[in-house]
Amino acid sequence: MNPLRTTVLGLLMLLLALPATAVIESYEFSEPELEVRYRALSQELRCPKCQNQNIADSNAPISQDLRRLLHQQLEAGSSDREILEFMVARYGEFVRYRPAFNAVTAVLWLAPVLLLLGGAAGLLLLLRGRKQSPATLDSDDQARLTALLQTAEKDA
Amino acid sequence: MAPRLKLFLPLILFVVLAAFLFRGLSLDPMALPSALIDRPLPDFQLTELADDRPLSRADVIGEAALFNVWATWCISCRVEHPYLQQLADSGVPIYGINYKDEDTAARRWLRDLGNPYRANIVDRDGTLGVDLGVYGAPETYLVDAEGVIRYRHVGVIDERVWRDTLEPLWREILALETLP
Repeated sequence: MNPLRTTVLGLLMLLLALPATAVIESYEFSEPELEVRYRALSQELRCPKCQNQNIADSNAPISQDLRRLLHQQLEAGSSDREILEFMVARYGEFVRYRPAFNAVTAVLWLAPVLLLLGGAAGLLLLLRGRKQSPATLDSDDQARLTALLQTAEKDA
Repeated sequence: MAPRLKLFLPLILFVVLAAFLFRGLSLDPMALPSALIDRPLPDFQLTELADDRPLSRADVIGEAALFNVWATWCISCRVEHPYLQQLADSGVPIYGINYKDEDTAARRWLRDLGNPYRANIVDRDGTLGVDLGVYGAPETYLVDAEGVIRYRHVGVIDERVWRDTLEPLWREILALETLP
């Protein structure tokens, strides 16, 4: 490969790599275990501004702030539960992708189960309705059927 | 189920679905309920924008007031500024929380556009903002005389928002205060 092509190709690859460095600042952790927890928690916490991103993926100023807080609190020795409680006290259950089960979030948690049960019940009723209508013939029809079957036998 | 009623089932389903969808049209998915409603305004030790004097929670409570989170980088804040001025002129106490801003720019803003605020809390790092559950600007908190947060409005305050949402709550709070 000639040097020009190599250079151009190299530059193009650098361009491709830009988005990877654009989003997240990196934090130094005193212990590798803290970094693992940081990753898990920043994926679990939802960005209040952008709503469909967790704070690990979002570059909104509020996500940067929350990541900084997360880092500080992890280094200060807070437990995962304490950190989540801290966030929920300020931003509501909304800030967690898996909100705690309580009176407010009950609908959220139970709705899928209820819908599934409702669907199953509906299906069951439908199937039973079908089974319940086996062909019942009154006596006239029964007589015609027998007559027809007999003619058919004779013809055979 | 009566067979006649069964015929109407699709129609009923349609009406129910349409009702939900119609309601959804007028809901703002970006508006989050604040976790701090009926909670006390968080404590803070910050400074005042104009003269750098220390400012804490005790300095700003004691009277029902609006707390308006603003910044010079926030375009919507500029939109609502004239209306805040109008509210302040009509006697509503408004405190500013200058959120993650630069002091010089913020002072210039107040000099050029007018100052509707009783005082401005400088929240340069957004610490008070995080304690309040702020996720953008502008946001406005309705705080009663005991320092309890009663309502949060996310977004611009204009005449319609004030008339339909904030003013009724404001009157309610004032009415409760005048009770013995």
